[in-house]
Amino acid sequence: MQPILKSKLTRFVGEVLVLVALFTLVQYVITAGLLDQYYQINLTSMCINIILAVSLNLINGFTGQLSLGHAGFMAIGAYASVIMTQMMNQSFVVGILVACAAASIAGFIIGVPTLRLKGDYLAIATLAFGEIIRVVLQNIDAVNGPAGIVGIPKLTTWPWLFGATIITILVVVNLINSSYGRAIVSIREDEIASELMGINTTKYKVLAFVIGAMFAGLAGALYAHYFYIIKPGTFSFLKSFDILVMVVLGGLGSTTGAIIAAMFVTMLTAALQSLPAIRMILYAVILIVVMIYRPQGLMGNKELSRQTLDRIWSGRK
Amino acid sequence: MSLMEIKNLNKSFGGLSAVIDFDFRLEQNELVGLIGPNGAGKTTVFNLITGVYKPDSGIIVFNNKNIAGLPPYVICSLGIARTFQNIRLFNNLTVLDNVKIAAHKDVSYGLFSSILRTPAFFKGEKQIEADALKYLEIFKLDTKRHEIAKNLPYGEQRRLEIARALATKPTMLILDEPAAGMNPQETKGLMNLIEWIRRDFNLSILLIEHDMSLVMGVCERIYVLDYGQIIAEGLPEEIRNNKDVIEAYLGEEVE
Repeated sequence: MQPILKSKLTRFVGEVLVLVALFTLVQYVITAGLLDQYYQINLTSMCINIILAVSLNLINGFTGQLSLGHAGFMAIGAYASVIMTQMMNQSFVVGILVACAAASIAGFIIGVPTLRLKGDYLAIATLAFGEIIRVVLQNIDAVNGPAGIVGIPKLTTWPWLFGATIITILVVVNLINSSYGRAIVSIREDEIASELMGINTTKYKVLAFVIGAMFAGLAGALYAHYFYIIKPGTFSFLKSFDILVMVVLGGLGSTTGAIIAAMFVTMLTAALQSLPAIRMILYAVILIVVMIYRPQGLMGNKELSRQTLDRIWSGRK
Repeated sequence: MSLMEIKNLNKSFGGLSAVIDFDFRLEQNELVGLIGPNGAGKTTVFNLITGVYKPDSGIIVFNNKNIAGLPPYVICSLGIARTFQNIRLFNNLTVLDNVKIAAHKDVSYGLFSSILRTPAFFKGEKQIEADALKYLEIFKLDTKRHEIAKNLPYGEQRRLEIARALATKPTMLILDEPAAGMNPQETKGLMNLIEWIRRDFNLSILLIEHDMSLVMGVCERIYVLDYGQIIAEGLPEEIRNNKDVIEAYLGEEVE
């Protein structure tokens, strides 16, 4: 017992050290001025995309509920946080907390009626709700309607990005690897059997939806406070599709997959920035190729976990 | 006092009356069979009892409580578990996880405990795992705990489904054609297993089955359903010799 506990502890300390090292390294590179503006922007996009993909994967991949309204929750988070920081002179912390709260409340309000629907119907309903959020924002003069809000203070720094990304991943991974996570995944596998095994499926669908929406709100707040400007058009259904593509590319039901795909898509978009015409074509081609040769996504529903690493390490396959 | 008593249960789909004035009772620790030709409404009765369908009228009293129309997860938590005619496992999950999911309704730690990985989480998980393994051992599936459920052979999938149902800790177990697709030898093994779990878990069992040797062999009482109505009820011997039943169903089985 004692040695096992000890090895677990060493492992935990090891993991924390790796994270701290990663954080410090990037922080050093930024403060030393070794990372120019272009790479900093991409690093920010990458973290935000990881948060979005991991949280959407909780809804689409683990719970099995096809949601196409993720950008809507991101918009709510972005606007809520900006209203706090810019218009009400609150701190960034308050802005982020309000963003998360507003997005999860919206997730709850939208989730309760729509999660009774299944498959295509749910997809269309969530798509519509995402669009409604955008159109409503477009018509509120207090937030400048379609022109959006400009001059947002740049408060999103590397520590915020890093912390938010790690927290998102930790919460989703810990949730999924618990009894609550198993209940959530059982809904994806067979909703009727799940309900008959004593699981209140509506409750857990709404729970996953609310948690997913909350992190989308977090991503929205980080986004708004980095890119200076937010306007409703940014959060159209095209943005939702972008996130969905990452999740599908990575493999529905794999957090590792969502992270890898989010990084990959961000880098690809950045690399092809100078060739806007080819970019969309290449993007489409990659998607088609993946869907033909690996329809389950890059990772399927597998995770790259400590156990897998250990197995590879010890050469046992 | 009966464990379950059903009175005047009715259910129709559009113009079709699937279950008409269904009366039924199940005593503590009894093993009762429900038989009838295809389309007689047997599975509909199961779906009404477990809450998959809401009855049009009638009451289902279980442990002195009317459960008619309650949602399935509430009925499960009151102590009724079931298996399915066409196996419904959580296909892409491991054998162990399938059973663990059934233990979720009694989970001892909270949502925040699992996100923050508190000691309560580890303690609860350990307990769930130990419990799940206990059920897998009974059904000789513990060596296959890490296999993906859909990769198990048919007979083992059936056993896993029963193990999963038992893991919800029911007082009443409903088996929907447990011997479907089994050969005579496997059916015999299943008969012994059903007998054994009834005694060991102190269960009351309701069973739908087409395999007459199984029904006549293990059931203490039998209900016969035809066109949504009970046409006979009694001991296996009485059912075997009942004229209506022979006409409706057992025609070629009895000489």
